[in-house]
Amino acid sequence: MDDLISEFLTETNESLEELDLDLVNLEQNPNDEDLIGKIFRLVHTIKGTCGFLALPRLEKVAHHGENVLGRFRAKDLEVTPEYVTLIFECIDCIKMIVADLESNGSEPEGDDSALIEKLDAVYEGRDGQDSGDGGSEAAPKEESKASEKASEGGDNITQAELDALEEAFNSTEGPVNFAENVAEETAPEPEPEEVKEAPPPAEEGATTTKTAEKSVSSQSLRVSVDVLENLMTMVSELVLTRNQLIQILRQHTDSEFTTPLQRLNHVVSDLQEGVMKTRMQPIGNAWSKLPRIIRDLSIELNKKIDLEMIGQDTELDRQVLELIKDPLTHMVRNSGDHGIEEPEDRKAAGKLETGTITLKAFHEGGHIIIQIIDDGKGLSNEKIKAKVLENGLATQEELDEMSDHQLHKYIFHAGLSTAEKVTAVSGRGVGMDVVRTNIEKIGGSVDLKSVEGKGSTFTIKIPLTLAIVSALIVESSNERFAIPQLAVRELVMASEHGDNRIETIKGAPVFRLRDRLLPLISLSDLLQLKSVDDETLQEALADEHENTTATPNEGAAPIPVKDEISTPNEDGVPASAEDRASTPSNKEQVEKPETDESRQREYIVVAQVGTTDFGIIVDRVFDTEEIVVKPVAKILRDIELFSGNTILGDGSVIMILDPNGIANHIGQIGAADEAEANVQEQQLETGRRDKTSLLLFTAGNNTPKAVPLSLVARIENIDVAKVERSGDQMMVQYREQLMPLTPFDANVQIPENGDKPVLVFTDNNRSMGLIIDNIIDITEEHIDVQIDGGQSGLLGSAIIDGKATDVVDVGHYLQSSDKDWFKDHDDDPFGGANDENGKPNGRANGHTKKRVLLVDDSPFFRNMLTPLLSIAGYDVISLESPHDALKMCDTGAVFDVIISDIEMPDMDGFEFAEKVKTDTDWKEIPMLALTSHATQKDIDRGMSVGFSNYIAKFDRDTLLDTLSQTLAENQQNIDKNAQGDAA
Amino acid sequence: MSADANTLSYEESAEDQHNAQSKEFLTIIIAGQRFGIPILQIQDVLGEQRVTKIPLAPPEVAGSLNLRGRVVTAIDVRRRLEIEPCNGVESEMGVVVEHENELYSLIIDKVGDVLRLKNENFESTPPTLDPLWRDISSGIYRLKDELLVILDVPKFVSTVHL
Repeated sequence: MDDLISEFLTETNESLEELDLDLVNLEQNPNDEDLIGKIFRLVHTIKGTCGFLALPRLEKVAHHGENVLGRFRAKDLEVTPEYVTLIFECIDCIKMIVADLESNGSEPEGDDSALIEKLDAVYEGRDGQDSGDGGSEAAPKEESKASEKASEGGDNITQAELDALEEAFNSTEGPVNFAENVAEETAPEPEPEEVKEAPPPAEEGATTTKTAEKSVSSQSLRVSVDVLENLMTMVSELVLTRNQLIQILRQHTDSEFTTPLQRLNHVVSDLQEGVMKTRMQPIGNAWSKLPRIIRDLSIELNKKIDLEMIGQDTELDRQVLELIKDPLTHMVRNSGDHGIEEPEDRKAAGKLETGTITLKAFHEGGHIIIQIIDDGKGLSNEKIKAKVLENGLATQEELDEMSDHQLHKYIFHAGLSTAEKVTAVSGRGVGMDVVRTNIEKIGGSVDLKSVEGKGSTFTIKIPLTLAIVSALIVESSNERFAIPQLAVRELVMASEHGDNRIETIKGAPVFRLRDRLLPLISLSDLLQLKSVDDETLQEALADEHENTTATPNEGAAPIPVKDEISTPNEDGVPASAEDRASTPSNKEQVEKPETDESRQREYIVVAQVGTTDFGIIVDRVFDTEEIVVKPVAKILRDIELFSGNTILGDGSVIMILDPNGIANHIGQIGAADEAEANVQEQQLETGRRDKTSLLLFTAGNNTPKAVPLSLVARIENIDVAKVERSGDQMMVQYREQLMPLTPFDANVQIPENGDKPVLVFTDNNRSMGLIIDNIIDITEEHIDVQIDGGQSGLLGSAIIDGKATDVVDVGHYLQSSDKDWFKDHDDDPFGGANDENGKPNGRANGHTKKRVLLVDDSPFFRNMLTPLLSIAGYDVISLESPHDALKMCDTGAVFDVIISDIEMPDMDGFEFAEKVKTDTDWKEIPMLALTSHATQKDIDRGMSVGFSNYIAKFDRDTLLDTLSQTLAENQQNIDKNAQGDAA
Repeated sequence: MSADANTLSYEESAEDQHNAQSKEFLTIIIAGQRFGIPILQIQDVLGEQRVTKIPLAPPEVAGSLNLRGRVVTAIDVRRRLEIEPCNGVESEMGVVVEHENELYSLIIDKVGDVLRLKNENFESTPPTLDPLWRDISSGIYRLKDELLVILDVPKFVSTVHL
């Protein structure tokens, strides 16, 4: 059976079951508007879907049923038991058709005109029981032929007649000619016996439906989301219990429980993963039926529509997926129906005949964004205004004041549709308000932007609710919070003294981060966390000390309710209001504990939202954890700083901070562009000073070591217990890959257990970790290697931060951990060592690397290329101007290759090359030209003055390839010359 | 009136069938006043729990806690009813109720007995009652020697606002 049909069947069967219940309820509570709305929507959905699946009979019945329900909804028809019975008949008819469809795969033959006639009679108010005069108002545009017939019947439809008709339905099995049956049964005199007989056949009908259902459902298993949700909750509980068990077991070594518990541990982890996985699905699943719908729609409406889908792989929690499926279908349908114009209109408007609807899904700032973009006619402000006035939702004056955006929002209002015609597709005003309700149900929002004549963009923003995210756990004022890892750029430790301190400008904290000023906000100020009274603080501190080795998380255990209640004056509204008023005094309070031993350090979480950077000051930083995001309670949903809450491994509940909310709060979003401009400016400035950011650390001995920060991908604390060995090579599982670990040198002690800091270097999916002892600092210095130490792994020593510091040769470690590291570049920077031993070029210091002179006036490129070439194993000297280079030549420095920029002030690359090649000791040294734009003429000229090759500035691979190639050729030439000389 | 109310369970008794004229309520005590909550609305009764404070939340929100993997929002009933907080003399308990698919724990002083009360003893809320209390109660039962204010849980929870 067609996938679409079988899905429709399962869905419809569910809807029908619901409808039965709802209708019974409606009979008892005839004035329940929500219920009427719900029934209406269910029928509407069935009808809508039928239209696309080409099930005309079903569609027709549903359509006429919906008409009557529409009058209930519009409140111009009172809900009476008679009418409910009629609707029941309509539902039974739908059921019958559906059952047949399920067993035969096609709609049964049959005529429903009698039923339709009755439905229409009610719809048009010809049944005599109509209390209002709304019938004419809501007059249907179709089925006018029915009216003649109906006028005969007039007000004659009685309960008996209805019963008889119902019975006719129930007693039919499969395709039946209703008209005939009805004609026989609608005898004026009711026959009670017959009515009594009705139930058995009805049951029969029910059983056929059931068996048929089984046949469809055996193909796949539909599990209710509640079941999964329950499972998930139970697994979380299981995980917590396991954690407790492990905790207990830690105190009893050599317990007989160790092995079974370990097994339990694994099983639980697998189970957790499995359950999590059942909940994630690519959004493409929800889109799969859209192309067909658009295709059918374009045929039906005579339009040309293309559907483009981007980002199908975006994973969504299945619960969210289920909930947005229908709204999405609705919206796409709407775009096709209302948005895209007829080909002629499009042509007239100067557009392509074929309209495009684009569906886009992506993650953004912890949200999942789904966009539905059409290039159709857009929303008509005038039509919306007219509709709004008609429905009395706003006055003309109010409308005049409104912005387009405000006006457009009215389309999400119940009962408002701007489609002029009520078509089978849309126009009943049922769509957009349902869309909005469904999306808001899951805590999302829907927005639209529309330009009349250009098209509309609907943006659905679904928060992380239910999704699983990786988050950084931080602590402030003894409370823990989670910050989604997505927004976290880096972590900085600020100390009270020294360079890394937080400065204030009129009370506003800022931090100098690599020569940029980073605005800061203290989490405890932001959340108005009050400093806890001294006693609690002492307790907390004591806890902290106790627990630093065992379970640091416990130290931050939230205070039990008792304490909170017993210190009422600190918690009440008046208190917090006071806090806001008297910030300075409160600040002092907050700062006091910081002078305490344990509070000397603060951490800054550097977060990025859009293009805005800001720092969040926190007291402590814990680990990153995968957390299950749970929506916050409704009464707390207005706090924009939180995007949800979660339960941590130790069972405590913590709030998840919303970086977007924080950014909004500190009012920076608006200044984003400015900030971006500043960043670029500052970056240039940074470069001009020609300094390198260096990470300082110790390893082995006490001499500080420095490594360019740009080469370090991450700094990790790796649990020694997780380190595995393969031969002599230590390795650790890192981000689902094996990462080789190399101790900095033999003196680095690796303890039995605990954590060890590791610098992670990454290149092309390959990582290696360098085990060190301690991270000291990050600093920015000009590296001036003064003593060229012979030790392998060191470039030499330099004065950094006033201390003699070893500058680390990262290339050495990369090479030693992974012999293939440089394979991609097809070059072997260390391979030439043997050749060079014999050469009289003054490499007495045992340097085995090729020396590269880089001349470029742009500090940016010098900064970019120097580490790049260093990583590739070259020894790089970078100079700002050719003049400096020539001076260096005079001092007798020797290089293996010179890379020079072309456009430079004072002396350009051509001139420089000419000079070098004509009358210096460097004339044998190959030269490479580096340029951002080169014409053939330039290249020719370059070649004529002595450059051996031209390289584009941004092409890293070509640069490395050309470099090694040039060096190899040069080596051959030298060898040849040497041979020639010998001969 | 057991302090260890964690395990309280209320099973339907045979009485239910022939007692359609009455309803069961769990009585709770706040600052000496007895309140009743319809027993069917109660999910759980908790002892003292570890509660995480929620910054910026309304003052009557005591925080959130973990109940078997579900996040429960704790509401301080004393503060909600504008009663002076007690000074920790009495133990705290939480009555967990569900409202619109979300769980709330009402933090109260003590849990009392479960009472089956006859409908004839029910009266609507007197108009002279403090408007704040009137908003959250659905009526009053006359007990022998005191009055039982019935807490309207949906109203009580949904009127907590920022």
